[in-house]
Amino acid sequence: MFNPQLNSKGNLNHLLSIEGLSKEKIIQILDTAESFLKIGERDVKKVPILRGKTVCNVFFENSTRTRTTFEIAAKRLSADVINLNVATSSQSKGETILDTINNLIAMNADVFVVRHSSSGAAHFIATHVKPNIHIINAGDGNHSHPTQGLLDAFTIRKYKTNFNKLKVAIVGDILHSRVARSNIHALNILGVPEIRVIAPKTLLPYEIEKLGVHVFHDIDKGLKDADVIMMLRIQNERMDGVMLPSQEEYFKTYGLNQTRLDLAKKDAIVMHPGPMNRGVEIDSAVADSDQSVILPQVTFGIAVRMAVMAILAGQHS
Amino acid sequence: MSILIKNGRVIDPKNNIDADLDILIADRKIAELNKNLDPKKATQIIDASKKIVMPGIIDLQLNLREPGNQYKSTLESEMKAANAGGITGMVCPPDTTPILDEPGLVKMLKNKSEALKLGNVYPLGALTQKLNGKLLTEINDLYESGCIGFSQAEKPIQDTEVLYRSFQYLSTFNLKAFLRAEDAYLSEKGIINAGEISTRLGLKGIQSISETTAINKILEIADLTKTKVHLNKISTAEGLNLIKIAKKNGINVTCDVSIHQIFLTDNDIGFFNTNCFLKPPLRKEFDRVKIIESIIDGTIDAICSDHSPVNEDNKLKPFAESEYGASSAELLMPLIFKLSDENKIDLSLLINKITYQPSNILEINKGNLSINSGADICIFDPEHPWEINSKTLISEGKNTPFLNQNLTGKVSSTIFNGNIVFNGH
Amino acid sequence: MTLPNAEKLVEILKNKINEIIDDKTVLIGVQRGGELILQRILPGLKDTVATGSIDTSFYRDDFSSRGLKVKNKPSKIDTEINDKHIILIDDVFSTGRTVRAAMNEIFDYGRPAKITLAVLIDRNEQELPIAPQIYIEKISLSKNQHLELGLDENKKFIFQLKDSHV
Repeated sequence: MFNPQLNSKGNLNHLLSIEGLSKEKIIQILDTAESFLKIGERDVKKVPILRGKTVCNVFFENSTRTRTTFEIAAKRLSADVINLNVATSSQSKGETILDTINNLIAMNADVFVVRHSSSGAAHFIATHVKPNIHIINAGDGNHSHPTQGLLDAFTIRKYKTNFNKLKVAIVGDILHSRVARSNIHALNILGVPEIRVIAPKTLLPYEIEKLGVHVFHDIDKGLKDADVIMMLRIQNERMDGVMLPSQEEYFKTYGLNQTRLDLAKKDAIVMHPGPMNRGVEIDSAVADSDQSVILPQVTFGIAVRMAVMAILAGQHS
Repeated sequence: MSILIKNGRVIDPKNNIDADLDILIADRKIAELNKNLDPKKATQIIDASKKIVMPGIIDLQLNLREPGNQYKSTLESEMKAANAGGITGMVCPPDTTPILDEPGLVKMLKNKSEALKLGNVYPLGALTQKLNGKLLTEINDLYESGCIGFSQAEKPIQDTEVLYRSFQYLSTFNLKAFLRAEDAYLSEKGIINAGEISTRLGLKGIQSISETTAINKILEIADLTKTKVHLNKISTAEGLNLIKIAKKNGINVTCDVSIHQIFLTDNDIGFFNTNCFLKPPLRKEFDRVKIIESIIDGTIDAICSDHSPVNEDNKLKPFAESEYGASSAELLMPLIFKLSDENKIDLSLLINKITYQPSNILEINKGNLSINSGADICIFDPEHPWEINSKTLISEGKNTPFLNQNLTGKVSSTIFNGNIVFNGH
Repeated sequence: MTLPNAEKLVEILKNKINEIIDDKTVLIGVQRGGELILQRILPGLKDTVATGSIDTSFYRDDFSSRGLKVKNKPSKIDTEINDKHIILIDDVFSTGRTVRAAMNEIFDYGRPAKITLAVLIDRNEQELPIAPQIYIEKISLSKNQHLELGLDENKKFIFQLKDSHV
C-alpha cells in the first residue's frame, strides 16, 4: 500500500503514523533520541542543527502540553518556532486547512507540527504539500499520535532493554485513543510478544484483536505478570453517558491501585501519556510511586521529538 | 426522422432477446426488430457491429443536484453525464437544496428536465417535511406533481411511530416508499464500515446491525401496513439474508445495490482516500461476495449507479469532514460489463437489473425494446478501452474511487425518445 | 600508495601528548577515530587526566545537504572544562570542518583556556583557518579518497583508504 510518509527512496519525509514504519526506522529514531537526551542534561541545552529552519506548530485542536514539548524540542535544535492556534483563528472564518497551511508555507516554514481533531488530517495535509515540506502528526482524531508511540517505546527501552520478552498491558479508553493505536503498532513492530488491552466492551474498537492484541475485560487477569502498564486518560465527557456510568464505578472496576499493580511483575513500570486524572484511572499513590515513569516520559518526549524533527528536516526528496 | 441500428447484438431481457438484429426507429418508437432490415427505410444509419444494443438504462439512484447551489454540477451537465453512461431514466432522491418537499419544486424540476429532452427524470418526493423525520409532506400533491415515490434519502426516520404512520398513509394511496435502511442512532457520526479498517484509521464505524435493525423494522411495518417498499443501496450480507427471507414470505419488497459495493470494500480506503467515502459505507469482502451471489439469485432486483457528483473542494478535506459520494453515471454500464466478464455472469441477467427491473419497481412500462414502445436505447461498445479521469468524465464531479483506472467498454451512443442524445466515438 | 604504519604513528602521538599534559589538561577524542586513539594511549600517559568524547553530528555544517546521520555514541563530556587546556584528538585532519564543529560543541560545555589539536595525519586540504598543532605525518590524497583509522582482526590500528561516494 502507498505510504505517504516515505519518499521515493524509502526515507522518512513526514511522520504521520507508526503504521508502515520499519523496525530499523524506529530504532534509528530511538538511537538518535538517545543522543539528544544527553543534550538536555547539559548547561547549554541547545544544538545548532536546525539553525535558520522554521518549525510551525499548527494546532487545530488545543493542547498546551503537547505544543510546549514540540516547541522546546524545536528550540533546542535552534529552529525558529511559530505557534498557531488555528482552533481560535482562521478556521472559524471559513478558511480551509489547505489554505491555512499554504499561507504558512508561503512564509517559508520548513516543518509543520499538526494536531487536528479529524482522523487522517495529517495524511491529508502531507499529500497536498510541496515535497520539501515536512509534516509531523501531533495527533489526528482517534487515529494516530506517532511521537507519543515513539517516546513510549523509548521509555520502555530505557527501563526494560529487551522488547522481545515483554508483556505490555494497555488499560482504558482504547476506542477513542490515538495513543493506544500508536503504541499497539509500535510494540508490534518492535517485537513485543504479548500486548494486552484492558477495557470494558464499550471502550474497545471493533476487531481490535486484528491489530495484534489480546483483549481482557477483567483488569486483574490482564495485569497478571505484566512488565509494562500503560494507563490511558479517560476523557471527562465519556463519563456519565452510554459508554461508562460514572467515574466512581470506573475507578472501582478499571482504576490502577497498588493492589492491582502488585499483580504485575515486581519491577513493572507504570506509564501514562498525561494529563492524568488522579482517582479516575490511576490512584495518586501509584502515580507517584517508584514504579511510575510518568515524568521521565515527558523528558524523553522532548528528546524523541528533537530526533524526529532533525531526521525529517535533513531529508531531501 | 428514422434511425436504423444495424448489425448489433440486441439484448432485451424483457422479451428474452439476445441476438444479432437490426432495429428501426420511426416516430420516436421502436418500429421494427429483425434481421437484415432494409437501409432504405431510414434517414440515418448507425453501424453497431461488435456492439451491444440494449434498452436505455433506468438508474434508480442518480443525484442530479437539482435544485441546488450550482457550484459546478448543473441539471444539464449531469443529465449529459447520464446520457454518456447510456442512462435515459433517472430517479433522483429528494435531498437537494432546497429539499424536494413541495409540489412547486417538483414541477420546476420536471419542467426544466423536460425542456432539456435528455431523459425522463423521476423525482422521489420527501416523505417528511425537510426530511426531518417528524411531519408528513403533502404526499398526494407531490405525487400529482410528478413524484414517482417517496424517500428520506440519507436521513432515515428515527421515530418508529412516524415510520409507521407514514407507511399507513402511503399504503392508503397505494404509493411506494424508497428507503435506505439505516438506524440513525446506531450510525450517528459513523463514517466507514465498523471493523479492522475503522479501528486502524480511527474513524467512527458503522456496523452491519445499523442496516439490519432498520431492515427488520421497515419490513415488519411494511408487512403490517401493506405498504410497497423498495430498499435502496443494501450493503450487508446479513441485510440481504433478511430480504431474501422476506421475499419468500411474500412481503412486497424489492431492493437495489450500488455499483460501488459490487467492486469495492473498506480495504480500498487505504490511507484516507476520500473518493471512497460513500453512503452506505464500503463493506467487507464477505459482503461483496454475498452481493454478487444475491444479484445472481434474484434477491437483488436492480443495480444503481448512486451517482453523486461532489465539488473537488469538498473532497479536499480530512476524511470525516469531506463530503460523501462518487461520480458514477458514466461507469455503471462499463462496470456491469466488467462484472459479467470477470464473474461469468449472463450479461442479459445483469442488463435486466438496470433496465426492465427498475422499470417494474417504478411501475412504468419502460426499459424494453418491444415494438411500439418509446425508443430509449443504449449502444455499448464492449471493446473500447479508456481511462477514467477528469478529462474522460463528462460529469462535473470528477470524484470516483476508480479514478485513473483503465476500463474496457464504453457507451458509444444513447438514444432518448427517438433522438440521439449522446454520440461518443 | 603505501599507507603509514598506524600503530607507529599512535605511539609517536602518545609521546608528544605526554610532553604537554598537566593537571589542567582534558583530553577529548573526536568520534570515532580520535576516541579510539584516546582509549589506546590513556593507560600509557604519565598522569591521570580527565577525558571526554565528542560526536559532531548535531554541529556539522553540511546538515542541509546530507541530513542527519547519527552513527556514533552521544557526546560525553562529564568533566569541568572551564579554564582547562583541551587537547582535541582526531585521526585524520582534512578540511578543518569537523574540528570547527567540535569546537562549537565544546564551547556549549564551557570556556576552555586553550585548545590544542593533535592528529596522526594532516591531509593538506585545509579549507578553514584551523590547523593541527600536533601532527605526525602530512599526506596528499585526491579529494575523493577517504582515509580513516580502523582496527584489524588483532585489534591493531591500520589505515583504510576508500573511494568516497560523495
